[in-house]
Amino acid sequence: MIKKEMIAMLLAGGQGSRLGVLTANMAKPAVAFGGKYRIIDFPLSNCINSGVDTVGVLTQYQPLRLNAHIGVGVSWDLDRNEGGVTVLPPYEKSQNTDWYTGTANAIFQNLAYMESYHPDYVLILSGDHIYKMDYELMLGYHKAKGADVTIATMAVPMEEAPRFGIVVTDEESRITEFQEKPAQPKSNLASMGIYIFSWKALKESLTALQDVPGCDFGKHIIPYCHEKGERIFSYEFSGYWKDVGTLSSYWEANMELVDLVPVFNLYEEFWKIYTHFSAKPPQYISAEAHVERSILAEGSEIYGQVIHSVIGPNVTIGKGAVVRDSIIMEECVIEDGAQLDRVILADGARIGAGSVVGTGDYAESTFDKKVYASDLTVIGEGSVIPAGVTVGRNVAIWGETEPADYPDGRLESGGHVIKGGSRA
Amino acid sequence: MKAIGIVLAGGNNKRMRELSRKRAIAAMPMAGSYRAIDFALSSLSASRVKRVAVLTQYNSRSLNEHLSSSKWWDFGRKQGGLYLFPPTITAESSDWYRGTADSLYQNLDFIRESHEPYVIICSGDGIYKLDFNEVLAYHVDKGADITVVCKEMPEGTDVSRFGVVKTDENDRILQIEEKPVQADGRLVSCGIYVIRRRLLIELIEKCAEEDRYDFVSDILIRYRTVKNICAYRMKSYWNSISTVDAYYRTNMDFLDPEVRRHFFKTNPEVFSRVFDNPPTKYNPGSVVRDSLLASGCIINGTVEHSVLFKKCYIGNGSVIKNSILLDDVYIGDGVYLENCIVDGHSTVRAGEHIVGQPDNIRVVAAEDPRI
Repeated sequence: MIKKEMIAMLLAGGQGSRLGVLTANMAKPAVAFGGKYRIIDFPLSNCINSGVDTVGVLTQYQPLRLNAHIGVGVSWDLDRNEGGVTVLPPYEKSQNTDWYTGTANAIFQNLAYMESYHPDYVLILSGDHIYKMDYELMLGYHKAKGADVTIATMAVPMEEAPRFGIVVTDEESRITEFQEKPAQPKSNLASMGIYIFSWKALKESLTALQDVPGCDFGKHIIPYCHEKGERIFSYEFSGYWKDVGTLSSYWEANMELVDLVPVFNLYEEFWKIYTHFSAKPPQYISAEAHVERSILAEGSEIYGQVIHSVIGPNVTIGKGAVVRDSIIMEECVIEDGAQLDRVILADGARIGAGSVVGTGDYAESTFDKKVYASDLTVIGEGSVIPAGVTVGRNVAIWGETEPADYPDGRLESGGHVIKGGSRA
Repeated sequence: MKAIGIVLAGGNNKRMRELSRKRAIAAMPMAGSYRAIDFALSSLSASRVKRVAVLTQYNSRSLNEHLSSSKWWDFGRKQGGLYLFPPTITAESSDWYRGTADSLYQNLDFIRESHEPYVIICSGDGIYKLDFNEVLAYHVDKGADITVVCKEMPEGTDVSRFGVVKTDENDRILQIEEKPVQADGRLVSCGIYVIRRRLLIELIEKCAEEDRYDFVSDILIRYRTVKNICAYRMKSYWNSISTVDAYYRTNMDFLDPEVRRHFFKTNPEVFSRVFDNPPTKYNPGSVVRDSLLASGCIINGTVEHSVLFKKCYIGNGSVIKNSILLDDVYIGDGVYLENCIVDGHSTVRAGEHIVGQPDNIRVVAAEDPRI
């Protein structure tokens, strides 16, 4: 019998729709972060660094990129004879076949996977947060408290508390009350969406609530456990933790890595973040190039200027090009003389020679006001912008655009060109 | 692929000075992100050679560490694998490898028990990309007994550290002169050979009977008139790193966009052990020009026309010019370095001023006070 004390279930099926064209054809956990990483690398690395070597990754929305990234888990040492990483998509059953309708429903549909490891504890993670956390310490806490459920929480500024799921605790950190996005928060401890369940409590609650439509941990399972009188504790985490759910928070979190001494330090030896990566060549900075206040990943060739930016692997920035306050992901090409200011350029995009992207004043988005609400211009995976055009701020572009898409060679602030997705 | 691979990686060379004090030549860091042996292993792997033996002896620990897993080069399969063979004490012998032919003799069982008809022998210090399928096709086409991969070195190259090859008009090798005082021609042997497995066994056994140990002088040179030994001319980049000067120049060659395009931007790629270092960070005040930087470096000072390996730290106001910094070098504030090679894990303290000459590169190998 295979026996694992604790296994992890990583929820990676969500779209992350507020990242706009960045998640047009990949799930949010697969979006690049910090130059060479992808968001899912953080929870996966935390798992192996915490000694959790059995991880089920639940995928649903646009899983191709995520599957390719995870592979057999070699990059995280999660290729194991027993356990390791297993990608768990929804599957057809003899009856009641359904997509994953909610976070808890997704876990319920994989009860058999969990049971095959006979776990005492199950760690529930989401694949869209940037943080380093030792789950082993959290498990120690869970055991010491004799808890049925432990929820990782974090103190947030009181004025921001209404944006979060808030927990109210007694003096022993036992949770006495839950408030979902409360107008009048009674505490400033926000749930991080990280749970440890004792196996019995998890199985019982999932089974009891299996017919609840869209069964969700925060909305259904935790309140159910609470009403039943299970021992639910708050594990207060004080390190760096960032939800990169919106374009501006995603941009900010990336830019924090560039700071002289970043709050979130990737250069520490004892808690490495691993990613799917083959050995890549060194980066080349040419004689006429200028690079300042930036981080650059392997294999990039810089002939122009890079100022306060995050540059991914194998990027080419041509002569006379200027990249400022921008995030440039893997394999992008910025041709000679192009200028980028506050741009997020997704994998493999190409900016034509002399084009100016991110200029002028902010204007409200004509495309999606909820998603595009900052002065960042976002260009989706594999997009092409022709030479010599001018693109404003708060613009969304996805697809291989042509000069005809830019009347008078211009795309004004707040505008959009969406030509991608025809393949899907 | 109808061949097994054998990488000769056991030798030392005094002309590497301090650089080979703690590592084998084949384990020398190369081009920022690699080690010398990666080029041979990647070429073998990309050519679909499945069984590869690495014969190690001198400072083999460094190489063993680099080869701690064969997965990086896509070996380690049920069919095939990467084998490390240091000299070993047996019932018959307790000798070190006394030469290249002797090292093959001591591992004759590996060669005998393979079933592939050909053997590719290469040295671990060559920097190149080569499709061995092409060499093998040439070998068969020529009806050669042994094929020696050769390179016509650019004009002006000092070939006195190589084996210089003379051929007839059909590329049959007439003469090989090892490390000639006065070289006649610029065609040099790359130390890469293709030979039929049965013939190799026969020649190696004969060598052993006669107490001969060297592949070049006792097989290639000795048999050149009775065996058909042919030269395959390699067109693309090749160099070997047997001296400090050659090591410096070969690394600096990667500042040339053509060399980078050949190695980095065209398939197949060069594989190496993966270290998961974070991106390289350029802090305020950093100035970097015409340089290669591997992952995990933090730059506060000036770097010009230099190659920085992984995890180097450059302090405020320091200037690094025409230099090579191996892995994990720490340069304090206000340091000036020119024409230097700084050995891995060295610490150069604040304010130091170390200058070598273009024709006499200074090797800096400081003990690391951090360990």
